[in-house]
Amino acid sequence: MRIDDLQQLKSESPETLPSAERRKFLKMGLVVTGVYLSGTVLSLTSVRDAHAEDVVPEVGKYPYGPHYSMVIREKLCIDCERCKEACVKTNSVPVYGFRTTILEKRRAIANGEHETIFMPVLCNQCNRPPCVRVCPTTATWKDKKTGIVMMNSARCIGCKTCMTACPYNARYFKEETRAVDKCDFCWESRLSKGEKTTACAEACPADVRVFGDLADTKSRVFELLHSPETMIWVLRPEAGALPNVYYVNV
Amino acid sequence: MKENITATLPSRIVVTRPAINILMTVTILCILAGIAGGIYAQVIGHDHAFANTREMPWGMLIGVYAYFAIISTGLCLLAAISHLFGGNNLAPLANRMVWLSIISLLGAFLVIGLEIENPWRMPLGVLLHPNLTSNIWWMGTLYGLAVGIMLIEFYLILSRRFALALILGVAGAVAETLANSNLGSVFASINARPFWYGSQLPIFFLACAFLSGAAAVVMFTHYSHVLARKQMTPTVFSGMQTAGKVMILMIFLISIANAWKFANAYTGNEEMILTADALVHGPLATSFWVFEIAIGLVLPFALMIATRLNSVQAMSTAALMVLVGQFFSRFNMVVSGQIVPQYYGYNELPLYLSYLPTAAEFLLVIGGIGLVGFGFLAGERLFPSVFSTDRDH
Repeated sequence: MRIDDLQQLKSESPETLPSAERRKFLKMGLVVTGVYLSGTVLSLTSVRDAHAEDVVPEVGKYPYGPHYSMVIREKLCIDCERCKEACVKTNSVPVYGFRTTILEKRRAIANGEHETIFMPVLCNQCNRPPCVRVCPTTATWKDKKTGIVMMNSARCIGCKTCMTACPYNARYFKEETRAVDKCDFCWESRLSKGEKTTACAEACPADVRVFGDLADTKSRVFELLHSPETMIWVLRPEAGALPNVYYVNV
Repeated sequence: MKENITATLPSRIVVTRPAINILMTVTILCILAGIAGGIYAQVIGHDHAFANTREMPWGMLIGVYAYFAIISTGLCLLAAISHLFGGNNLAPLANRMVWLSIISLLGAFLVIGLEIENPWRMPLGVLLHPNLTSNIWWMGTLYGLAVGIMLIEFYLILSRRFALALILGVAGAVAETLANSNLGSVFASINARPFWYGSQLPIFFLACAFLSGAAAVVMFTHYSHVLARKQMTPTVFSGMQTAGKVMILMIFLISIANAWKFANAYTGNEEMILTADALVHGPLATSFWVFEIAIGLVLPFALMIATRLNSVQAMSTAALMVLVGQFFSRFNMVVSGQIVPQYYGYNELPLYLSYLPTAAEFLLVIGGIGLVGFGFLAGERLFPSVFSTDRDH
């Protein structure tokens, strides 16, 4: 097109637009906003229907089958760290990371003495897992059958949002696989191959870690969590993640 | 003799080329430094190159990404509003705002692309395995969409097809707004970090977008005139004054938001109180009081009020201070949200986790700034007439 022709063209600048035209654009903007928003609000929905009347789901209302969970009998832990060793060996955990560890806290007791509390921690395989909600590429997901929070390393872009979103510091970035790594209740290394329990639970000499299917009313985890007069707690309940790792002092 | 010849030529072309060439070379070196930092991090591992840890997975670079992305949103929104409503004072600056919005977003993409561990898994990953519950996914998709829309919009502005450009400007602004909101929600929806969690952050980010966008256009418009050694026209000056008013209003709103954020934190749980303490009189106090509050909000506000927006230099200085303050604001927000150990009280963990950005992280920041600087200079060189006030808007 020649410059002379261009000069003949009618100006399309906003100044020459009638207000009806502007209103039309505004309306269209609102429609586009609506379309975007309807998608965006999806991010506010929970990953799966899960409710939190109590820390332990009501009997018969376990979302998964088998509903794998772990009961930590905290006061029995002596910090021998055999669970950690077994986990490292079974799941090829590098020296700079951990899937499970034991935290300790010293507190004053009567007569001027002190006691040390040992608290084993691991991925809580939450029923409402914040890590799963935030992952942009579904590299981590909650298994529909077992309820275990799984990882597909090949999909992980390494944005580390799941690490930020986890209330339990249960995730770390594993350089070897270039992906975030976490406890999967030994699904890859043991359960999927027919084993019945996790490496840490098997290695524990003090019977601190009890692993099993909460949906099975005859399982030890079910019995421990449904014994009379038992105080059961979970870590950081205010985070609303609905953990499947329970703590008891029996 | 030489002077006589040059005096007859348009002064812009003759005088500015060497200065722009030098500055462009500097900015290219900055970009190369950033890319070198990114490659270095990939080679030796992010865990060695960056100061982030398992306990503090996000650091300065996430803040810098948010910083550039928020500036981009502000510029895009101000441009769309001024284009759409026409006849307002900001309109003469709008074309430059569209361009700056594009390059700010590219700066953000450069930083995040070099920050994440496996950027090559991202393009296919987000397309083939999208997670619609992920704010990161929405943010990335919408910002990606926005940059595409704005590039087409800018092409249409260049080819003077303004009606279509206006439509794309609105679509781009909508995409940017929702991307910005999702960026806010990336932090605000994480219940595990009480200092981030809440509904305020997305709207706070939007206010910061208007503040940073206005500051960016004031500063870059001034710099473009300095580079071209060109007298500012009353129309441009008036546009800058309007952007100055936007800055004043936004500083006021952000100050109120900040005040209530802290009042709220001090009535919150232990972690909220400890986090607020980290900013008020803890390890982040200097970064918070001196850079985010004093340099970023109080001084520019005072400067603009004292000069009654009648001085270009004062407005430009205030804009620079705002942009420095916003940089620290993003840093403080990202770091403070993770600074209290999640198992505080166990293992004799420190009250606050330490985080000091590494040289590689600073290189990436320099790369991002270099890209934005290069984009600004390239725009001034390639499209000076599009940015000038002599054209229709």
